[in-house]
Amino acid sequence: MNAETPSIAVCPACVALPAKGEAGPKLDPHEVAMRRVEFSLPTVHCAACIAAVERTLTNRPDVFGARVNLTLKRVSITAADLPNIEEDLTAELDRLGYPAKPLDSAVLARAEGTKAGRDLLARLGVAGFAMMNVMLLSISVWAGAEGTTREMMHWISAAIALPAVAFAGYPFYRSAWGALRRGRLNMDVPISLAILLASGVSLFETVKGGNDAYFDAALSLTFFLLIGRYLDYQTRATARSAASELAALEVQKARRVTEEGEEEVPLDALREGDILAVAPGERLPADGVVTWGDSELDPSMLTGETLPQAVGAGAVVRAGMLNISGPLKIRAEGLGEDTLLKQITRLVETAETTRNKYTSLAEKAAAIYAPAVHILSLLAFLGWGFATGDWRLAVNIAAAVLIITCPCALGLAVPAVLAAASGRLFAQGVLLKDGVSLERLAEIDTVVFDKTGTLTTGKPVLVNAEDIPEEARNIAAALAKHSAHPLAKAIAKAFSGELPIENITEHPGFGTSGRLNGVEVRLGRADWCGATPAAQTAVWLKVGDAPPLAFLFEDEIRPETAETVAALKAAGLTVRLLSGDVPEAAEAVAKAAGIAHWQAGASPADKVDALNALAAEGHKVLMVGDGLNDAAALAAAHVSMSPASAVDASRSSADMIIISNNLAEVANAHRIAVASKRRILENFSIAAVYNSISVPLAVAGMVNPLIAALAMSASSITVSLNSMRIGKMK
Amino acid sequence: MNILAVLIPVSLILGGIGLFAFFWAVKNNQFEDPKGNAERILSDRFDDDPDGN
Repeated sequence: MNAETPSIAVCPACVALPAKGEAGPKLDPHEVAMRRVEFSLPTVHCAACIAAVERTLTNRPDVFGARVNLTLKRVSITAADLPNIEEDLTAELDRLGYPAKPLDSAVLARAEGTKAGRDLLARLGVAGFAMMNVMLLSISVWAGAEGTTREMMHWISAAIALPAVAFAGYPFYRSAWGALRRGRLNMDVPISLAILLASGVSLFETVKGGNDAYFDAALSLTFFLLIGRYLDYQTRATARSAASELAALEVQKARRVTEEGEEEVPLDALREGDILAVAPGERLPADGVVTWGDSELDPSMLTGETLPQAVGAGAVVRAGMLNISGPLKIRAEGLGEDTLLKQITRLVETAETTRNKYTSLAEKAAAIYAPAVHILSLLAFLGWGFATGDWRLAVNIAAAVLIITCPCALGLAVPAVLAAASGRLFAQGVLLKDGVSLERLAEIDTVVFDKTGTLTTGKPVLVNAEDIPEEARNIAAALAKHSAHPLAKAIAKAFSGELPIENITEHPGFGTSGRLNGVEVRLGRADWCGATPAAQTAVWLKVGDAPPLAFLFEDEIRPETAETVAALKAAGLTVRLLSGDVPEAAEAVAKAAGIAHWQAGASPADKVDALNALAAEGHKVLMVGDGLNDAAALAAAHVSMSPASAVDASRSSADMIIISNNLAEVANAHRIAVASKRRILENFSIAAVYNSISVPLAVAGMVNPLIAALAMSASSITVSLNSMRIGKMK
Repeated sequence: MNILAVLIPVSLILGGIGLFAFFWAVKNNQFEDPKGNAERILSDRFDDDPDGN
């Protein structure tokens, strides 16, 4: 996560195509093993982006092929099977200006579920083909064909329609049968009944040489509903494609120190008492005790605290902490049920099971609608049957009622909106795991943010530069240049100084020292420089015997934070901050972001409790967080979001992922969610208006196949057009 | 009216060919990246692998 990430709107490739990469001799594809790797590229959006990415990648000696999929915003690369290929390609794509996230190839292989999509597409094609042909044949009937001509048209229509209805309508029959077997009614029951009854009645009329056949209606019903089904599938497929598949480049292996040297072992092969080596920049693979080495650990992903902890031999450390400065050896302990990681996993599981079952708008509509249709149609059948004694007419009218009321528009009302909205969100870099979370998002009245890594970038910035004398700045900058420590890097970025410092040595876990004009200078930890540790993240500079000087740091607030909080407040939401960090740090960020309600020092369980308390007060809460300590809270909230830079556990419990890592998308997504819900309700009203006009006509027996076809197409098209407005929304 | 006996089968056969072509296209991954295909046509580089495999 970094502040320089280009916004979606700026396409680096549109500005200038990058120069060709340094093309070395291409590896021989016959000699090296090849591997397929895939990356998510949230910022590709145009033809020039495609060309830039594909050209640059294929110019590399270790890449044999690259293909961008703009719909899924992914690139699939055939590359040499080198150990660091993922990291190299990520770096290459980042250099090009496209932040990339590797996708988990194992999950991809499992999720290669494009078969279901193709299957639906084929059924849609058949329904469309058959519908158009039957419509054409029906036109002559509507135009007044009579006698043998009409019979012939009906027979040809039947020959096309019956197999098409059997094939294309299969997904509805299967779902309806599944519901009926469990004694329930779903939207597919009236759909299947309408399709089958319309086809059956029409076949009967055809055999008898009757006036009206509804083959075209049965087919257009199937066609429009399949469009809804296909959109629904697409929404879910796109969401699934990346959410579960973002591979973690986090520690999944540990390096065990044995008598023969170091060996890489998977985490579950670790035993109690194993000695593990952890290099600077790595996350600790297990809970344990430090046996050798001095370093500082960054616990922010685990607890939200930004203050690094100094550790030496004998210190108790937790899995998931980031080792900042020196190499460490730790003895693994408590691998069983009591690691912090396991406790968090348990919290997540409990939160997930207690999360209330949400009834989506579509389910609510179906619950009212399905019984109403059946009762209405049955009443029409019985009423006409008893009144006239003409049961053939009664069946015809019952079929007409079913066809007219059939939820063509209703079937499109929800999926068309969700497809348009999730496509829109995806283009902005927000990934929905399912459509229901969009409906949940529309209901929220409170937003709870985590601090570290969510409102802030997680990168330290120097805050007391003005208080530091010129000379000290130069010394610190000269020393800091020689260290890879994140705080030293921040100093080197803030100041530039060239001083003839000799004997610069890095003391892992402590700091950097050197000699300036014969005087020892030290830049590092408080105790190492003879200072008392501060409550804030700090680095100390000691020159000779002079009292040490503090360089104070704060977590850098994301540039878009204040604006986002203001936008959310303007939308009428209450914004809260829930941090695991110390009160001072939380308060500073809350002030800068403009958040009035904040709570600090919250453990993972405290966060869940805080959310449950809000829920008990009747609030619907959106939780935004990225740390391991947020995972349970994300699962407990009404709806939740996580930036793509979040830890695995958080990403998997969040409902939405912000792949663009831009916090402003929280406010955007909420706006789109509210608009989507409004569109869905509008669509329901449109469908209701159509029904209220056409149902009385159908019950009165005044509907013929022409009116049925018109009503159905008109309502479906109106609903689709209304839904598409989401995509164009400003 | 006898011409219908010729025209209807002809139109059905033509439609059938279209349907077959559609099946073939679905099977060959041609609906995997509709947005990408819409953009690629703007590129001056010849796309020698439209299936994306």
